[in-house]
Amino acid sequence: MDTVADKVALRRAAQGHFSTWRIDTPFQPRLAELSRTDDWYSWAGYRAPHSLWDEELEYFAIRSQAALFDISPMTKYRVEGPDAEAFLNRLTLRDVSKLKPGRVHYTAWCDDEGFVLDDGTLFRLSADRFRLCCQERHLPWLLDSAVGFEVSVEEETEQVAGLALQGPTSFAVLREAGFAGVEKLKVFDLAEFDHEGGKVVISRTGFTGDLGYELFVERDLALSLWDRLVKAGELRGVRAIGYTALNRARTEAGLIVANADFVTSEHAIRANRLRMPDEIGLGFMVDATKGHFNGRRAILEARARGKLRHVLVGLEIEGNVPAEHAIVYHKKHKEVGLVSAALWSPMAKKNIALASLERPFGDTITDDLWVEIYAMRELQYQKLMKRAKVVQRPFIKLDRRTANPPADF
Amino acid sequence: MTSFDCIVVGGGHNGLVAAALLGKSGRKVLVLEAAAEVGGAARTEEFAPGFRTSSLAHVLNRLHPDVVKELDLERHGLRLKRDAFIPSIALVKVGSPLILQGAYGESLTGASATEQTSWRGMRAQLLRYADILKPFLSRRPPDLGGLSLGETAALGQMALALKRLGKEDMRDFLRVLLMNVADLLDEQLSDDRLKGLLAFDAVLGAHLGPRSPTSLLGLYYRLAGEIAGEAGAQLLPEGGMGAVVSAIGAAAAKAGVTLRTGAAVGRILVENGRTTGVVLKTGEEIGAAIVISATDPATTFLDLVGPRDLDTGFVRKVSNIRMKGDAAKLHLALDAPPAFTGLDASRHKGRLVIAPSTNHVERAFNPSKYGEFSPEPVMEITLPSFSDASLAPDGACVLSAVVQYAPYALKEGWQTGKAKFQVAIMAQLEAYAPGIGRTVRHAELLTPADIEARYHMRGGHWHHGELQADQMLVSRPVAGWSGYDTPIAGLYLASAGSHPGGGVSGAPGLNAARRILQRRKEA
Repeated sequence: MDTVADKVALRRAAQGHFSTWRIDTPFQPRLAELSRTDDWYSWAGYRAPHSLWDEELEYFAIRSQAALFDISPMTKYRVEGPDAEAFLNRLTLRDVSKLKPGRVHYTAWCDDEGFVLDDGTLFRLSADRFRLCCQERHLPWLLDSAVGFEVSVEEETEQVAGLALQGPTSFAVLREAGFAGVEKLKVFDLAEFDHEGGKVVISRTGFTGDLGYELFVERDLALSLWDRLVKAGELRGVRAIGYTALNRARTEAGLIVANADFVTSEHAIRANRLRMPDEIGLGFMVDATKGHFNGRRAILEARARGKLRHVLVGLEIEGNVPAEHAIVYHKKHKEVGLVSAALWSPMAKKNIALASLERPFGDTITDDLWVEIYAMRELQYQKLMKRAKVVQRPFIKLDRRTANPPADF
Repeated sequence: MTSFDCIVVGGGHNGLVAAALLGKSGRKVLVLEAAAEVGGAARTEEFAPGFRTSSLAHVLNRLHPDVVKELDLERHGLRLKRDAFIPSIALVKVGSPLILQGAYGESLTGASATEQTSWRGMRAQLLRYADILKPFLSRRPPDLGGLSLGETAALGQMALALKRLGKEDMRDFLRVLLMNVADLLDEQLSDDRLKGLLAFDAVLGAHLGPRSPTSLLGLYYRLAGEIAGEAGAQLLPEGGMGAVVSAIGAAAAKAGVTLRTGAAVGRILVENGRTTGVVLKTGEEIGAAIVISATDPATTFLDLVGPRDLDTGFVRKVSNIRMKGDAAKLHLALDAPPAFTGLDASRHKGRLVIAPSTNHVERAFNPSKYGEFSPEPVMEITLPSFSDASLAPDGACVLSAVVQYAPYALKEGWQTGKAKFQVAIMAQLEAYAPGIGRTVRHAELLTPADIEARYHMRGGHWHHGELQADQMLVSRPVAGWSGYDTPIAGLYLASAGSHPGGGVSGAPGLNAARRILQRRKEA
């Protein structure tokens, strides 16, 4: 065992983590079977599909059927202990004491300067047990934030598989699959259900603005859960989808994505890319009355001194050409911002966009805004200057998202 | 709930200075001290029946002139006269010691003529450069987030002072600023005794050896101090270091400050990002809109405020303050004065240094990097009972020594290491003062662990944090918060952990009080 070749082989064996180009999620065997487009990208190091068969139809699976989307690459932390609530209250913007066991809320967290580190969803599994899901990795920050609290923080991204089941028939699929009682879940509720001798946590949450659920399960039970849903959904049009379709749905729902619609503060290289919650539409989360939380001093000071420089807005743009990454102008000549997500919304029947603008534009000055769209027409850009109107988000509001009991399609 | 305008946590000399200045400005001030008496590490304590000594800090060499003036300390009984200056003496095992007379070697006794000339040149240069840094001692470090007019002016003055040095000298100032002391000494001097003493002074109280980069800064810090207007001067206060604190305490009392001893603070109260007072360990609450913490920054934030009311990044920075002491303190009750080789008994009032060469100091430092104490420690010895006979019984003698290196986190632990270290120290003393061991009636060795426990200084570090380039000026105690205010509104820092640092200077207390008064004016 001591030839050079043996030693190299030994070393290689111990270095799987970086010789693997992209990690497979627990659902990869099913995704691979279904993939016709072979269109993969890296989501936080995991192999994830941009699309599986047809991004257009995948989108319509969300809106008219039920779409299965693998969210296992989402970073997940288990936060447990008697001080878990106090710890999360200090860490995040919203008041965690108002989050009851069995509930989920959308929240965000900031560094000392009040710049957003990430946004994510916080699942309260019990009084002192939480799951925090987000885009970026934060273990060192979470552990350093835990100093002085009786709490344990562990990353469970790899152990726990996640699935989003979204769309009008999603409830019917779950009922069909035998998750008795799932009809009782109201929006942002969660509950545990039996699956193959284990447990699956189902929450009525999602990233589509539609009726939908998210399911979390130990990785060993991932494939059997997938199969259970697909089988139950045979007559309900259940389809696996990739990120492109989801991205359209979330834009219609007006939801933002870290490092797409804003740069998280640990990733930003340029100082003027950092964003406070108020600058990306998350100001509503900031609870100045709940006691101390990271960034509180800086955020309140910026508010008091009028130091907020940016604002994230929804735009409705004339025409039907998506304004992806278009520059936003005031009076057609003054640059005031940039579009971060855009599409022709089949649901709203409107040309919509999310954009970051420099205040006061988008804040107090909302008229006479324009976007310059570069439309590629047979190897030539056609420059379109289109009028843009600041509108409320979400761009679409579907009653079925919140209807109780959920509609049975 | 009783309430005051200001509460000072910690009755060390910096806390008392801040309290006295705030009291003078008309504020109702309360000082809370955990121990039975005020003074912190600048006390005179009895360590054996009939034997008293300055218990931690034992040489006065940098009490800030503004503190002396603004608190009128000389009228409160402090004597700071040139005739009390004491020399520094480099002890030897054989031959004769080298003596730096007056204020840090205005003249040298026992060196060759060439060495005397070299030293005159070097001393003048050291003092010239230290003088450039001196104005910073009594100011807030510049606020990099937004320079005020005053700060810009102060930086301008420094630039002007540099310019006044002349082109060659200015270049040399910039060249040597971050050098190690050993290289500079080798450039200019040749007498090992002199070099050893200077190398020792540069690293005294720091986790540095003379060959560690930036070790020269320690010497500048030392020489930026002054007594009675003389840079580098030093004396042993009559009555021990406690007398200095008594004078400051008297000034505080005159200013109407209330002192409470035996009152350990358990928590600094924070409501809505603002302090509202303190809770004593007994549970008693005392209210105040302004709390000045004169205990070290790590204890202040991690223990008294607690991480829950602070931001994670700030807690990270505070937890990373390097503050593991590397110096021990030895007190000996001797039946008779020691006889140091070649030293005339008339020199017993001096500051006696065992640091025979730069190499010796460096070798003493080396083990401490790996969690071991110096087998042949270097030390600064005073015999305070020669300056104040009341400190020891008739005919007997007190020896007080700061001994390096004694790493706080001793690998084998101080439980067992302490006795071994004491043997090493006594062997070293015996080599320089043969027979001293037989005269020891009582010995008290304070390791950094003891210092931490007794004086509530985290890590047993008398500077409340390493005084090195990365923890100086705008980075003291942590970057972004070097100006005595803190992320908690109404809470200020006034300990040696803040700029400019440790030693019995009162400067952090002075600057903190000035900051509070200035903010009041602005508000």
